[in-house]
Amino acid sequence: MKLAMPVEAKDMEKKVSPSFGRTPYFLIYDTDSKEAIYLDNGAAGTQGGAGIKAAQIIVDSNVQALLTPRCGKNAAEVLVDGGIKLYKTREGSVKENLEDFASDKLELLEEIHEGFHNHGGK
Amino acid sequence: MKIAVLSGKGGAGKTLVSVNLAAAAKEATYMDCDVEEPNGHLFFKPGKVHTEFVYNKIPVVDEQRCTGCRTCVDFCKFNALAYINGKLRIFEEICHSCGGCQLFCPEDALWEKNKAIGKIETGVSENVQVLTGVLNTGEASGIPIINRLFEAGQNTQNHTIIDCPPGSACSVMESIEDADYCVLVAEPTLFGAHNLKMVHELVTLFKKPHGVVLNKCVEGDNPSEEFCVNHNIRILEKIPYDTELGTLNSNAFIAVREQTAYRQLFSSLLQKIVKEVAYETTTHP
Repeated sequence: MKLAMPVEAKDMEKKVSPSFGRTPYFLIYDTDSKEAIYLDNGAAGTQGGAGIKAAQIIVDSNVQALLTPRCGKNAAEVLVDGGIKLYKTREGSVKENLEDFASDKLELLEEIHEGFHNHGGK
Repeated sequence: MKIAVLSGKGGAGKTLVSVNLAAAAKEATYMDCDVEEPNGHLFFKPGKVHTEFVYNKIPVVDEQRCTGCRTCVDFCKFNALAYINGKLRIFEEICHSCGGCQLFCPEDALWEKNKAIGKIETGVSENVQVLTGVLNTGEASGIPIINRLFEAGQNTQNHTIIDCPPGSACSVMESIEDADYCVLVAEPTLFGAHNLKMVHELVTLFKKPHGVVLNKCVEGDNPSEEFCVNHNIRILEKIPYDTELGTLNSNAFIAVREQTAYRQLFSSLLQKIVKEVAYETTTHP
């Protein structure tokens, strides 16, 4: 299956990005072929609604799951509409999280925040 | 004559000054443009209140016509639209009502509908017509409400006192645009002087005649007063730090209607402003 993850660098040893909507890159990873592609996140610098645009990018890349530490309400609506399952990443590198996902250690992301709308994170 | 009352921060005394200026006039219109948190009505307690809702235009999609070309999705700088699962999704609270998506839609598949973003309330309190703008919580911009307030108040022949939002951002600019005179209210602190500098820059940029009311004055240094002296800004009035005034105000009484001393202070302030404007119109017509 194909999955996506917000990442801070184009490097599996580096960390998962703490932000979904404004992450610099997305990793698109195929668990069968082990192929990894990095997408630039066109939503990162937008004035508002970054989560919506980032979610659109993820839906358009035909993944089945998103691995992310957090996700806003509007982005979650788009992702759920697009039939994408959300999993919560843990502390650690991108690679470690991919391994955790492969061994069913990642839980579904249940907690969806209200979004910041330019008011800063909590 | 339109007199705007503004300050760089909240709590400096905008509402105190504007409510009392309006109450001190023979007849006046008080316009509360602080639409995110209007509070002048708490003092005036106006009767015969008439409410009118204010709407923004929000796009709606005709799904029969939409071909999924995504022109609108790509156009929207606020990312208020997404195209998912063969359907266009519109996020109303993100939309800034620019109308661009409808203009650019090649299939004429987008229409607009009204969405209430707030209201204006019109009422009367003795000699004052009270206009209050209220923006619904969570809405992006109060500008449409402020515009509607000015439309509602445009026919008055009396003095209009505009109670501005705090700060020096878009909604303040909208509130002072039509003003004949700007009254800057400042506290006697370094922070107060810093904020006074910001609004002073704004009214200078807008070329508005202006003067300062120094509020809560105590003995000792007053950084806001120093700023005025150093920049040759007219000081219209110094209101002393007075616990009695504070008590009246915090109990939502209008000082002018309760105490002769304050009636005199604010009547004299209003007269000074009227004279300043008359002077400005003869020297800078």
